[in-house]
Amino acid sequence: MTLLRQNFIIILVFFGMVLSGLIYLNHNQCRCNQKMKEQGIINGGTDETIHPRKSRCNQQITEQGITNLEWKQNTFGLRSSPGLLYNQQSALVGSRTDVASVTSWSAPIIWEGTFDSTLIDSIYKQQNLTIATTAFALGKYVRFVKDFLESAEQHYFVGFRVHYYLFTDQPELVPEVKMGENRSLTVLKVQSLKRWQDISMSRMEKLEKLIESELASEANYIFCLDIDTKFYGRWGVESLGRLVGVIHPWLYDTSRDKFTYERSPKSQAYIPAGEGDYYYAGGAFGGSLEDVYHLTKTCREQMSIDAANSIEAVWQEESHLNKYFLLNKPSKLLSPEYMWRDINASAAQIKIVRFTNVPKNYAEIRPNP
Amino acid sequence: MSISGIMQLRQNFFIIILFFGMVLSGVIFLNNIQNSCKQQKIEQVVIKPKWKQKTFGLRSLPGLLYNQASVLVGSRTDVASVTPWSAPIIWEGTFDPILIDSIYKQHNLTIATTVFALGKYTRFVKDFLESAEQHYFVGFRVHYYLFTDQPESIPEVKIGEKRNLTVLKVQSLKRWQDISMSRMEKLEKLIENELANKADYIFCLDIDTKFYGRWGVESLGRLVGVIHPWFFDAPRDRFTYERRPESQAYIPAGEGDFYYAGAAFGGLLEDVHQLTKTCREKLLIDAANSIEAVWQEESHLNKYFLLNKPSKLLSPEYMWRDINEKADQIKVIRFSNVAKNYAEVRPNP
Repeated sequence: MTLLRQNFIIILVFFGMVLSGLIYLNHNQCRCNQKMKEQGIINGGTDETIHPRKSRCNQQITEQGITNLEWKQNTFGLRSSPGLLYNQQSALVGSRTDVASVTSWSAPIIWEGTFDSTLIDSIYKQQNLTIATTAFALGKYVRFVKDFLESAEQHYFVGFRVHYYLFTDQPELVPEVKMGENRSLTVLKVQSLKRWQDISMSRMEKLEKLIESELASEANYIFCLDIDTKFYGRWGVESLGRLVGVIHPWLYDTSRDKFTYERSPKSQAYIPAGEGDYYYAGGAFGGSLEDVYHLTKTCREQMSIDAANSIEAVWQEESHLNKYFLLNKPSKLLSPEYMWRDINASAAQIKIVRFTNVPKNYAEIRPNP
Repeated sequence: MSISGIMQLRQNFFIIILFFGMVLSGVIFLNNIQNSCKQQKIEQVVIKPKWKQKTFGLRSLPGLLYNQASVLVGSRTDVASVTPWSAPIIWEGTFDPILIDSIYKQHNLTIATTVFALGKYTRFVKDFLESAEQHYFVGFRVHYYLFTDQPESIPEVKIGEKRNLTVLKVQSLKRWQDISMSRMEKLEKLIENELANKADYIFCLDIDTKFYGRWGVESLGRLVGVIHPWFFDAPRDRFTYERRPESQAYIPAGEGDFYYAGAAFGGLLEDVHQLTKTCREKLLIDAANSIEAVWQEESHLNKYFLLNKPSKLLSPEYMWRDINEKADQIKVIRFSNVAKNYAEVRPNP
């Protein structure tokens, strides 16, 4: 073969590669645009077509960064249906005079009486929301799943789309529970762990990964709940917000220096005396996907640092959660009605128990003391 | 040239032609995809103006010290501090200024602030701006946009660092009602053309007013309304809503949350854009039907806020009757109407 022919063939092959490269790239672009379309960058009403967004999608693909997750758009206002009737609320008389209904940074604190359920259900029904809800049932804790799910189907975001994500090391033991329309359950298998403290703490990383890989563009809000609990009253859209914490049922009437924060400066969860707003329960927190992702990621990182320094915070990830909420104020707080001590325990300010711990024999049920 | 040489050449030609044929069909194919993709993109709904990214959480500085708030004792027991849709109502005592200033200082915010001073109302500009420099978002970046028909009458006012004033000339109008109502359209256009990428929040205020106390970041929110100083303790059927069904601003008896002041409202650019656009459209429909709502654009604002609940309410501290007037629940007067002779200052009765 002459040199010329060889050259020809080389050039041919080269162009062939370039061509297939181009086709591949373009295919990606198109898929990307497809994705953008599916994301629905939809405005609530303006019909202006200005400057199509240029290649943000491509940027994402090339940058390969976790920071570039595409979050499902939360572009809602609080639209109310015309003609909806409800009582007028006075500007001068708070609906609850025995509790604080707002924090010092103006985040509302949700108690019975401080919100109108007819009104807010009507507002949020218009938004076609999906609420992801996570729980972990490892070892003997799988026994709590049935009551948790059945009572949730009765009280938790009734009438809204809920997707439960149940992490367990024994998927075969998860009972069949009848789910309402628009509600689904995904069971995710995880490894067993020997210490209950490790089970508790590992949740942060699992949540972080779940949000990253599954939820980012599928759910609008997420709540992360303990499984050894049960619903007894309404838990609805009044609980939705960007970043939501629940006031701990044993520590709502306490001065901050009595809060069981981590007090060792060696831990990342350290909060000194004289600081702190509330003591938040580790058994329930939530918010928008993006904000909860940031929370779980940060807690996971801080726990890693602690582990590397051979220190475990006094209340495990709850200590880290409290540190996080001190530095990243929740945009909404739920009263202890949303995470109570026990269905049989009462307190003057708790007019309704919505979600509570169920009694159990810790010695019997935990894998270790 | 030998015969085999020619054959070689011909073969080469064929190869080349074949190759170019492939390239051509490839290009045509690609172009098709490209086109259908673009088609999709164009058909795809709405790509809105690029609003400045709102990615703030409420980050607090480590080590910041302030008193603990009780869970069981509201800071104000004589007023409601939250609405039935869980929007906070801002009164003195319900927020900690040290804490929130510290939170918001981290965000490098710009707050656009609009006022209209037409005809004799230019006389109010000096006090408005001077008092704002004393009390309004002190320490934050503020950009005033002053609409006026007499730019030459605007006095020099010393404006602090990081703050500026843009004067925009508008046409004079003969009726004060028209002056009032035309603001909605001007605001809509201003947000669209100027502000979209430049400011984080906007407040739209009346000019015949003055600041007497702090108006700060406690007022920031997605969509912010102010409770009218004359109606905060009235039952809803006494609210001066537009009551004629013929008007777009109509609110029937038995409906309504609060009566909001037209003199002060604000929020995120995007939300206020939607508000001003909607009000402007409704005003137009009314005009076409020869009807003018009882309190002009304030009536339309109230209709808007009924159907699009504000995410935060400001108490009448933020829009008061007069500096010399008192009421039990008003512990601080922050911003107030100033006394004036309406007959003298308005272009028409």
